[in-house]
Amino acid sequence: MTTITPAPAFAVRKSFGGVGRARELGILAALVLVVAAATVKNPNFLFSSDGWRDLLLTPSILVLVAVGQAIVIITRNVDLSVGSVMGLTAYLTGRLFIDIPGIPIILVVIAAVLFGGVLGLINGALVAFAKVPAMVITLGTLYAYRGINVLWTGSDRVNPSDMPKDFLALGTQQILTIPVLSIVAVIVLAGAAWYMRNTRGGREYYAIGSDPAAAELYGLRVTRRVLTAFILSGALAGLAGVFYAARYGSISSQAGSGWELDAVGAAVIGGIAITGGVGSVWGAAIGAMLLMTINRALPILGIPDFWQRAVVGVLIIGAIVLDRVLAVRQKRRLIEARDES
Amino acid sequence: MSDVVPPGEAAATTALELRRVVKSFGPVVALRSGSLTLQPNSIHALIGENGAGKSTLVKIMAGLYRRDSGEFLLHGEEVDFTSTAQSKAAGVAVIYQEPTLFPDLSVTENIFMGRQPVNRFGRVDRKAMRDEVERIFQRLGVALDPERITDGLSIADQQIIEIAKAISLDASVLIMDEPTAALSGVEVQRLFSVARSLRDEGRAILFISHRFDEVFDLCDTVTVMRDGAYIGTTAIAETTVDELVRQMVGRDVTELFPKQDAVIGEPLLEVSGLTSPGIFNDISFSVRAGEIVALAGLVGAGRSEVVRAVFGVDDYREGEVQMLGTAVTRGNPTAAMRAGLALVPEDRRRQGLVIDAGVGGNITLAIRRRLAKWGLITTGIENRAAQEWASRLEVKTHALDSVAATLSGGNQQKVVLAKWLATDPRVLIIDEPTRGIDVGTKSEVHRLLSQLAGGGMGILMISSELPEVLGMADRVLVMHEGRITAEIDRADATSENVMFAATHSSEVNS
Repeated sequence: MTTITPAPAFAVRKSFGGVGRARELGILAALVLVVAAATVKNPNFLFSSDGWRDLLLTPSILVLVAVGQAIVIITRNVDLSVGSVMGLTAYLTGRLFIDIPGIPIILVVIAAVLFGGVLGLINGALVAFAKVPAMVITLGTLYAYRGINVLWTGSDRVNPSDMPKDFLALGTQQILTIPVLSIVAVIVLAGAAWYMRNTRGGREYYAIGSDPAAAELYGLRVTRRVLTAFILSGALAGLAGVFYAARYGSISSQAGSGWELDAVGAAVIGGIAITGGVGSVWGAAIGAMLLMTINRALPILGIPDFWQRAVVGVLIIGAIVLDRVLAVRQKRRLIEARDES
Repeated sequence: MSDVVPPGEAAATTALELRRVVKSFGPVVALRSGSLTLQPNSIHALIGENGAGKSTLVKIMAGLYRRDSGEFLLHGEEVDFTSTAQSKAAGVAVIYQEPTLFPDLSVTENIFMGRQPVNRFGRVDRKAMRDEVERIFQRLGVALDPERITDGLSIADQQIIEIAKAISLDASVLIMDEPTAALSGVEVQRLFSVARSLRDEGRAILFISHRFDEVFDLCDTVTVMRDGAYIGTTAIAETTVDELVRQMVGRDVTELFPKQDAVIGEPLLEVSGLTSPGIFNDISFSVRAGEIVALAGLVGAGRSEVVRAVFGVDDYREGEVQMLGTAVTRGNPTAAMRAGLALVPEDRRRQGLVIDAGVGGNITLAIRRRLAKWGLITTGIENRAAQEWASRLEVKTHALDSVAATLSGGNQQKVVLAKWLATDPRVLIIDEPTRGIDVGTKSEVHRLLSQLAGGGMGILMISSELPEVLGMADRVLVMHEGRITAEIDRADATSENVMFAATHSSEVNS
């Protein structure tokens, strides 16, 4: 079981040039392996209409959060508050439908995304201007945002009956058998990937994470970029909150708690270096799919529930150890090549 | 000669000019009066001892520091850079001794970061960037893959990337801060041919180096600085090495440091065949009681790495370290301390001091265990010990609980020294004892070292300052690219033979 990821990922990354691409292929291969194993055991995992839908739908929400997280980690920061942001925006979504009957769905989506962005802005401003490590700031806002959520919600909860049918239908609706939420997630993912790969802004995120001191020497606007990364992460968590409301219908004050760790885990498994500057949002998205799919596949493969968390842990540690080993090897090889020349 | 540039020079032809620029950091004046005039079509050398103010001058031109006073003209117009982005935009490019690149990004991205060409959708034009990089590399005659990441590139290749950056910026002024310190002979020649072709295009180049052969080989004009001030500018053809050394040192070497004659006794520290692949090779030497041994060489020769290995901070592959005939456990600073070694590191702010702690706490840091009674330490005991050392070394501070960060460089160095002297070492290893210290405190530190040696302590001193080496050492070991290339006795040591050994790999016998 635990050999799933290392095996395919090991063969890759031989060349120094195309570092990123190969790593993502490795994770993709691991994902295919998991799906194949589960399908062999129980063909319904892939070939029933419910199985197919769940395979695509379940990871969609985490994909959004992981993409935002990936952007933040690439700048050598981390956003631990995304789970709490999701919880708050999910509740806001329900609240808007309850308090303003007949409100257009699109307005609710926009409101949730904006609200998430504002929460992200608070994180970013504290990190960028106060120069306090993101780990500490966002650990603080993780609790603070959750606290606000608990105050606001109380023991109350939003039920599916509080929200319009059209909205809830979005959570399960399919176009050509592909869930709508998955389509939106892929569009967001593709946009983020294009931005990170092809624009000055995207490339500067990588530069800042690769060496913050050099970024200052280059005259890059580090403060502004870091701020934007946190706003993006917050806004994506906000969108994920809307998805959460549509998908699950029932929203308590604990909605989304623990998701921040899944998001960081997905990014790391997907090849985002926790020290910044390396990886791609595609990798993080595939990492998110792998995490969620493994959770669903393990019971089918006859592995008890208790082991699921342990397996995720092994995946994360395995991914980091693998990266470290490959980096050390590459460095040694480069130095040897240099000494010989 | 000792006066500034010929006043008749028309400002319009001048690429860059600094006049009587001053910069200080708190109480420490790094630059008393810096002047420099760079002409287009010229390679200008800037020389001076460490601490002469060259780096400060460079950082002012780069926009990293702002001058306190003085004039800064670029192409005849007054400028005042507040960031590196501004200096770049104005056409001033700086190549540092240790280039700062993004290790995870490709060569091409490193060259264009922050100013990539984009199409109207904001998409970075990778093809245009690549073409430009290939064009520049072709011109420079280098075979670097533009798509590889810069991690693992040699310093020489990293400098080529910095130069490519400067060319793609179309910089009119190119400043190279000791670019050859870590380069091999072939790499130096390649760099020089690049520099010459850039000069021929009409750019002004400033070349900072400690190696006279390079200065005479490459440059047409030379400016000398000493103790943070401008000394003089001459045409290379009209000067000699001796003349430049005299200007750089500017004082009688033997008078500056009151070296006492000490009785030299038995060997205390013996190092044999110490090797760490790629860092240093086959290092053997001994330090005897009452002796000051200097470890000279250029920055990057591996001197600090050797003493770190001797003291057990870093491990080594082969060889042995002995104290008084007994082997010292490798890779274990505690064992080294117990054997009677002490190391005062180069970077005192980061490695020598707990910068946010008090003076007293810093002094007693290494002897806590001894001071403690039943595992507990009281302020009274600590203060008495700290007070004793602070007054013996004449540390100037208001109180023992003043935070170490607030002291001047010289006083910080005294605190670090006090910390290690309190451990009562037999051999004191000290890395750049007077770097960043004002002249007055400098001679105090020298007097102290001399006294310690007189008392029978063995001292191993790393120093990049020639007068310090020549004035203090009973014996000079010179390192070049990880090897000891010369061992010179006090009587025979001159700035020329030490410099020669530091810049040449061949063995010099003396």
